[in-house]
Amino acid sequence: MMEELSFHIMDMVINSIEAEAKHIEVEIVEDDISNTLTILIRDDGKGIKEGEKIMDDRFITTKKGKTVGLGIPLLKGTAETCGGSFSLKSNNPKGIEIRASFEKNHPDLPPLGNLKDTFLILIGANPDVDFSFTVKKGGHEFVLDTAKIKEQLEELPINHPEVMDFLKKYMEEYL
Amino acid sequence: MNLEELKKIREKAQRDLQLRQKQARIRIVVGMGTSGIAAGAREVLKTFLEEIGRRGLTDVVVTQTGEKGLASREPIVEVYEENKPVIIYGNINSEKAKRIVVEHVVNGNPVTEFAIEAI
Repeated sequence: MMEELSFHIMDMVINSIEAEAKHIEVEIVEDDISNTLTILIRDDGKGIKEGEKIMDDRFITTKKGKTVGLGIPLLKGTAETCGGSFSLKSNNPKGIEIRASFEKNHPDLPPLGNLKDTFLILIGANPDVDFSFTVKKGGHEFVLDTAKIKEQLEELPINHPEVMDFLKKYMEEYL
Repeated sequence: MNLEELKKIREKAQRDLQLRQKQARIRIVVGMGTSGIAAGAREVLKTFLEEIGRRGLTDVVVTQTGEKGLASREPIVEVYEENKPVIIYGNINSEKAKRIVVEHVVNGNPVTEFAIEAI
C-alpha cells in the first residue's frame, strides 16, 4: 500500500503521460452521505490495448527490473481492502478511465496526502500536458484547469517560476 | 487572488523572457514509476523544480519518466547534458538533489559520490 492516496494519483497520471495523453482529468469526490471517497482519472492517451497485460497482484513479472503496471493492482488492492471498488475502462473516443472508490472512514484508508504538491509537480514537470483537477469535499468544490490558465498566459510557459509561485499560492488559498 | 493576476505576471515575465530564449542546456529526469514514487521521488522532483525555478535557470528542463528498471536504487535521477555523458544518480533525496543542482547543474561538476552510472 502507498502511504498516501496522492501517490496513487501521481502514479496513475504518470501512466497516462507515458501513454502520450495530452489531456488528463483528475477528480476527487468525498461524499458524506454515502461515506465514500472516489478518485477518477480520465485521459486521452493510447489506452490499454487488448492483450496487453496489467499485472495482477498474484504474480510478478519475470522480466528483470521491470515492474510495468504494478501501480494499477496496487490501487485496486487498496480500494478493495478499504471497502470500495475499482474499475478501468476505455474512454471515448480514446484513452482510459480509472475509477477507485473507498469507504471514507475505513480504518485502513491511507490519507489523501499532499494534493497541492502532487498537482503542482505534475504541472511543473509536464507543461505541455493539459490537466484538469477537481476536488469536491465538504460542500466545497475546487477546480484547476491548466488549459484556461494557459489562455491567460499566452506564450509564457506555465512552469515559469512566477506562474508556479502563483499556482502554489492559489492552491494554498482555495484547495 | 484570482486568475486575472496571471495577466500581470505574464506582462512582467514576457519582458525578461525575450532576453533569455535559449535552448535547454540540461535536462533532469526523475524516475517516477510506482516504485520511484513509493521510494520518495515526488519530494525529489519537487526539490528540483523549486531549486531550478528559484535560481531562474531557464535553460534547465525538469521532467519525469516511468519505470527505469533500477528499483533497488530509487529514487533515480538522470542528468542529460549535450556532448557529455549521461549521469545516473541513485538513492537521491531532497538534500542530495540540492547538491546536484549546485555542483552539477550550476558548476558543471557531477556529484560522483551519488552517481551510479555514467553513459
